[in-house]
Amino acid sequence: MVAEAALSELSAAPARPSRGLQVRAWLARRSEAVAIPVAAAVTGFLLFGIFLAAQGKSPVQLAELVWRGGFGSAFALGNSLQRAAPLLFAALCVALPARLGLVVIGGEGAIVLGGLAAAAAAQPLAILPAPLAIPLMACAALLAGAVWIGAVGWLQAYRGVNATISSLLLSYIAIAIATHLIEGPLRDPTSLNKPSTLPVGEAFMLGPMPGLGVHWGLGCGVIACLVAYVLMDRTTLGFAARMAGGNVRAAQIQGLPVGRLIVGFTALGGAFAALAGFFEVAAVQGTANGTLAAGYGYTGILVAFLARQNPIAIVPVAFLLGGIEASSGLIQRRMQLPDATVLVLEGLLFLVVLASETLYGRFKLFSPHLWAAKRETAPTPTPSVTA
Amino acid sequence: MTARSFSRRHLLAGAGALSLAALPSGRARAAGALTVGFIYVGPKDDYGYNQAHAQAAKALKGMPGLEVIEEERVPETNAVEKTMESMINLDGATLLFPTSFGYYSPYLLTQAKKNPKIQFRHCGGLWTEKDPKNAGSYFGYIAQGQYLNGIVAAHASKSKKIGFVGAKPIPQVLNNINAFLLGAQSVEPSITCQVIFTGEWSLAVKEAEATNALIDGGADVITCHVDSPKVVVETASRRGAFVCGYHVDQSPLAPQKYLTGAEWNWLPIYEDFIAAMQAGKGPQNFVRGGLADGYVKMSPYGPGVSEVARKNADAVKAEMMKGGYAIIKGPLKDNTGKEILAAGTAYPEKAAELESTRYLVAGVKGSV
Amino acid sequence: MSDDLGLWSVLLAVIGGAIRVSTPFLFVSLGETITERSGRINLGLEGILVFGAMSAYGTAVLTNSPWAGVAVAALSGAAFGLLHGFVCRLPRVNDVAVGIALMLFGSGLAFFLGKPFIQPSAPPLPAIPLGFWSSLPQVRAALQVNVLFLAGAFLSLVLWWAFRNTKAGLIVRVVGDSADAARAMGYDVDRVRLYATATGGALAGIGGAYLSLSYPGSWNEGVSSGQGLMAVALVIFARWNPLACFGAALLFGGAGALGPALQSVGVSQGYYLYYAAPYVLTLALLIATSSPDRALAGAPGELSLSK
Repeated sequence: MVAEAALSELSAAPARPSRGLQVRAWLARRSEAVAIPVAAAVTGFLLFGIFLAAQGKSPVQLAELVWRGGFGSAFALGNSLQRAAPLLFAALCVALPARLGLVVIGGEGAIVLGGLAAAAAAQPLAILPAPLAIPLMACAALLAGAVWIGAVGWLQAYRGVNATISSLLLSYIAIAIATHLIEGPLRDPTSLNKPSTLPVGEAFMLGPMPGLGVHWGLGCGVIACLVAYVLMDRTTLGFAARMAGGNVRAAQIQGLPVGRLIVGFTALGGAFAALAGFFEVAAVQGTANGTLAAGYGYTGILVAFLARQNPIAIVPVAFLLGGIEASSGLIQRRMQLPDATVLVLEGLLFLVVLASETLYGRFKLFSPHLWAAKRETAPTPTPSVTA
Repeated sequence: MTARSFSRRHLLAGAGALSLAALPSGRARAAGALTVGFIYVGPKDDYGYNQAHAQAAKALKGMPGLEVIEEERVPETNAVEKTMESMINLDGATLLFPTSFGYYSPYLLTQAKKNPKIQFRHCGGLWTEKDPKNAGSYFGYIAQGQYLNGIVAAHASKSKKIGFVGAKPIPQVLNNINAFLLGAQSVEPSITCQVIFTGEWSLAVKEAEATNALIDGGADVITCHVDSPKVVVETASRRGAFVCGYHVDQSPLAPQKYLTGAEWNWLPIYEDFIAAMQAGKGPQNFVRGGLADGYVKMSPYGPGVSEVARKNADAVKAEMMKGGYAIIKGPLKDNTGKEILAAGTAYPEKAAELESTRYLVAGVKGSV
Repeated sequence: MSDDLGLWSVLLAVIGGAIRVSTPFLFVSLGETITERSGRINLGLEGILVFGAMSAYGTAVLTNSPWAGVAVAALSGAAFGLLHGFVCRLPRVNDVAVGIALMLFGSGLAFFLGKPFIQPSAPPLPAIPLGFWSSLPQVRAALQVNVLFLAGAFLSLVLWWAFRNTKAGLIVRVVGDSADAARAMGYDVDRVRLYATATGGALAGIGGAYLSLSYPGSWNEGVSSGQGLMAVALVIFARWNPLACFGAALLFGGAGALGPALQSVGVSQGYYLYYAAPYVLTLALLIATSSPDRALAGAPGELSLSK
């Protein structure tokens, strides 16, 4: 689907439509891009409601609990935002390579290695003042993640090894290496029953964002999404990447360095994922330990696909999923439902949103040509998507 | 437009209507009732660690003036802080039991400082005087149970080799391995124990492979320290080996091959904490105990336990019931030949040194 | 009674482990081979595997018949396969992404519905003692071969033959290599892929039944540790050849047994790294056998993975 989008933009370019039509087309595309996923998400919730009703549980109560647990109060919002923060980074690790046509599912490995690198770097950096050392810790994380996922891109571009598979394998390998180091050479001997690296120290810990009570990973994550959006949609480099993702041969004929683009964008994705690990260490845990592999990398895949690989859309989608996960506890406690309830809901949402991919361009309501021409004639009975 | 997309539109329209029904509503609660929250790291019916806590929670549910709330599979990340806060803010919980070891630092400590009126009791023995007074620890000396397991195992073993499937070489696991072998050696000094670490708290296939590898190596009695011993118990009994349980009673899984098991008994601890709360006092900060205190118990003996074994184990158990029992006592060397304790010295059950065990005693095959 | 076999015991454990652990990999990779040969990729087999494990165990508990469990697992696997096939036949829907969604959905549903089956014990699938000739208990144990393993081995042979020599095999291959050619020949591409994905799902479901009813032979939420995903990787280095899938599954299973076996003979340092051996091995083989000019030998032309 990425490919076709890029191609259609390419083929549309030479036609040079009038400015008014361009604006209308933009509007139509945007409203379609919002209405269809929203409608699909609502459908997913509805299907889940049917599933719940079949179990003898009230879907209305569940909806209420999702609202209360994830969105309905300052506490609930904080809870959702905290959970969204690592997902922003993890999703970028999927979305950036996806624009080049690569499905990377091994972001978890980059998160773990990033966290470990940050914690390990904190020890030699202890001589520096915090404002200098903390960015350097982040750089160590960025580097680890970039190398790890960049390797996935390199293997794809220069060895023809499928990125989905190699990223998965590399993620298992990364977690094994990290656990080995955390419980072996890098272990803090005083971490008894919870093996961890030496603590990075209170001075190197990031506080919460003012007024939000959520750590700085959230703010940086939103900025990272904006940066990724600008890079992808507003720069030549991003255009070249999308072109390479659309049609490799055409891109090669144009003289684009497809291999280097793939390595560069996968490395960037890995660097972003590693930041999730960095914040886990520098803003939450204070050490690197086994809980770095908390599954953010996998939820990030879900976020990226639900956001249709659009870096801006990642922000609301991560927030939505953070909210659903935040309400999980309340659902367990109030409805006596198992924790897997949220998994079923997420799976259904994901399926329906993916299936809705097929609806793009099918509704005349969103067709720019309809808006441009024949405004005087009686409107054809256009199907309307209400959501 | 096809007929198919038409019907899809109808679905979408209906879904929009439903979302309006989601409106927040208040929640009334009986005044004066005490709400306690249990937080588990895994599924609460895992035939293991989490189930041991959940069984106690279930037993509490009938108590008058008490509301029990539970949440399972809460990871050891800042998600657990939010779970604690949510139980406090939305459910009115005033006593929390985050039961997984990794919840303590920094999560429980942060929340304890933030909510000075709420009581937090953590399973694991980490609380010290420096920590907030509204926090605390409780733990059981389950190594005593593994020592008794070892005695019964030694009587049942023909090959004089016994096996242990461990998750990670951390002090709690190492204490159990040492106790299992020392119990066995108290019966038969030549006995050895092979240990295999799976590296994870719950990893079914690896646990089964480890059990098989132990039995292939000649071990004929197996026990374990993983979160969910179901796989180890079933695999061992299918291979014809005897098995000693851990965490909860697993005898229904292997009625013929299950010898006995070291079980947690959290209920008395929880009842004491709750009684203190209901009496308007702060519960104790630091509670630990073994068989003598009733915090640890043994599964009933299975059919494979001989009369001699039974008498032997019961005699030692009676000794333990007096309190202050020392499993680790000199002269004792580790399995690299280094001396742990000289003759005449001992680490009795309350010894702080047991919290930082980093050795395997002589006779254990494996390394830390 | 048990003599110390020394390092031989490691080899024996690897062989035994290969037989014990490989079956889920084998069934899932055979299922995925069928699906991918038709030109689609289903990454959701992990979810189907987990659901298969749950439904097989639950059925076996309720009916006391492990074979009924296998049948239900196959049926539910086929249903999930149909779901994948149906969603993916909609234009512009990405099959890799739907697979990931299915992985989540299948495991979530299995965990949700599987809660009541964690406690009870189910009757296991029978095993055949092929090691009766040996006096060594280790050999006898290693060659305690489950019926499903033999069925899987036989199936890989049958599939290998069928892809070459039957009309159905040919149709699947044509559809997978060129949808246009298949349409020109009058075949309904979508329908073939739908059936191929359903068959693949059914086999993955059977793989799940092996997990819960044979080895490790119990149902809990950690019963699968990514076997379904790994099997998809195995298909690629098995080059979509069912016989090679059998070899790859054995290799992967054997490599997985290496870690515990090495500890049992005293190699007790760095086991996390040994535990990663299967992944390192798979990756190394993939790198060694892939070629930079993208045309993977034996890859179905329509596969999004190889495009």
